[in-house]
Amino acid sequence: MLTLLFDGIAYGMLLFILAVGLSVTMGLMNFINLAHGAFAMVGGYITVVLMQRWDIPFLWCLPLAFGGAALLGAVLERSLYRPMYRKPHLDQVLFSIGLAFMAVATVDYFMGSQQQIMQLPEWLRGRTEIGDGENIVLGMGHYRLFIIAVCTVLTVALQYVLTRTRFGSRLRASVDDSRVAAGLGIPVNQVFALTFAVGSGLAGLGGALGAEVLGLDPTFPLKFMVYFLIVVAVGGTSSITGPLLAALLLGVADVAGKYYVPKLGAFIVYALMIAILIWRPQGLFVRKGAK
Amino acid sequence: MMDARTQLLSPTHWRWYESLLWIGVFALPALLPSHSLIINEIAIVALFAVSLDLVLGYTGIVTLGHAAFLGFGAYCAALFAKFIHPDPLLGLIVGILAATLLGALCSVTILRGSDLTRLMVTLGVALLLLELANKLDWLTGGSDGLQGVVMGPLLGRFEFDLYGQTAAWYSLSVLLLLFGLARRWVHSPWGATLIAVRDNPLRAAAIGISVPSRLAMVYTLAASVAGAAGALLAQTTGFASLDVFALERSADAVLMLVIGGVGWLYGGVLGAVVFKLMHDIISSITPQYWTFWMGLFLVMLMLIGRERLSPSHWLKKTKGDQA
Repeated sequence: MLTLLFDGIAYGMLLFILAVGLSVTMGLMNFINLAHGAFAMVGGYITVVLMQRWDIPFLWCLPLAFGGAALLGAVLERSLYRPMYRKPHLDQVLFSIGLAFMAVATVDYFMGSQQQIMQLPEWLRGRTEIGDGENIVLGMGHYRLFIIAVCTVLTVALQYVLTRTRFGSRLRASVDDSRVAAGLGIPVNQVFALTFAVGSGLAGLGGALGAEVLGLDPTFPLKFMVYFLIVVAVGGTSSITGPLLAALLLGVADVAGKYYVPKLGAFIVYALMIAILIWRPQGLFVRKGAK
Repeated sequence: MMDARTQLLSPTHWRWYESLLWIGVFALPALLPSHSLIINEIAIVALFAVSLDLVLGYTGIVTLGHAAFLGFGAYCAALFAKFIHPDPLLGLIVGILAATLLGALCSVTILRGSDLTRLMVTLGVALLLLELANKLDWLTGGSDGLQGVVMGPLLGRFEFDLYGQTAAWYSLSVLLLLFGLARRWVHSPWGATLIAVRDNPLRAAAIGISVPSRLAMVYTLAASVAGAAGALLAQTTGFASLDVFALERSADAVLMLVIGGVGWLYGGVLGAVVFKLMHDIISSITPQYWTFWMGLFLVMLMLIGRERLSPSHWLKKTKGDQA
């Protein structure tokens, strides 16, 4: 029982890191980006390639995955995404789904369509169990512990940047009303470009961390697109605590659902999402007065 | 001199070249019997695209889950044929009714919220049904698909042959029938209110249009048309598989609409033809990586601006120049 909760939390934390960039970009520019998962996939593949071909230690791969995905995000934002901000949502959806299709086919071409296997370092394998013999109260995989630790640090850091720094207040101002923020002299475009890059980088990091848990193959962006979108749609786009809680809820519901009623599979998650969105169309955790 | 009434009604009249077009289309399976299968397929996806156009083009509901109704119609028709009665027309009606019911149920979910919420909810419904069809394998055959669907002869006389000529004519007839109906709908005063809702829901409500009821009605109607497309698909292929619910189905239909022109019923048909031919050509060159070219096409199209592609844009422009 506790083990399930633990796994669910690890899964949820991972989803949060993967989706937080999407939630901020969606709140900031009102842009529906279905290609977000592609950045996560890039991070995952960077890690796998670096570890397999050049034997770079796992810990060094993580920042590289972040950097690679962030760089790609920044370049794409400058070149392709920017003209799309003012277009209708339908155009944005089609544009980003086109990008996702291209990413899937490109990775398939270069890396093959098989699932990638990641060799974890020795100290991350294994499992700590509390309780004795037959009735284990809590079993914690070391890798999942590591994921939770990294994601917690990142979440705290993000929250700090968002609430305590100058950049954070600019970002929040731009999210609330980008026109007024621009009028006050905040360089909204630069804020957005930086946020987009960091968000993509976080997705890349999440992809690298999650390659072992979620599985990594070329269809990753399409397979998990729905999960990211659920996090954003349920959590709302005005804060990062909303998506965090939504991601944890989703993670626990998914793991528990698949364990207790395996016949229904992902059914529970989708049903839960539809129910929540009918009940609160703007998401569960929305401040009053935010647009 | 035209009075205001005839002037307003003039774009809604059935033109002589439309009759010619449809006669030509119906002659196709006889002229090119070896291509009947693809003609059948195009007719079905065209019907699906027309149904999506009602929702997306005329009412402005952004959806990525329209395949839910296609798939539901397909499975219901296939199950009906397998377990109850093999008559295709009865099965078609069953498929339509089932999808209509589902559409009426789901229309509750799209009444509130932003584009993102609608996108998620429609997508969620399609995924939910996909999961259901996958897990209820005693009924639907799970991931192997529903096999062993044998259709009876159409109207008790015309057997479905191997080359698909009967199937093509059957699908084309249903397409023409429902296309005509959809044409009546969108050109009626009720259709005009849909466009008003799309362009500005707030103002539409202010002049006394009940926005939620319009959304619910058009969503239900479109669901029944999509259900018909699904039923045709299951009946003419004798098979229903999980991919009828897949995201790609919905995305492809949106792409077809965008190619042919949104908010224009022939747009769906034209887009379906172009899309299917393009798909066939590209996938015969690179069968594995055709999604790359599809994606590239989408990205380029969106960057350039999709309105440049649609004939209705050019028509409007030339008309504007004359005025």
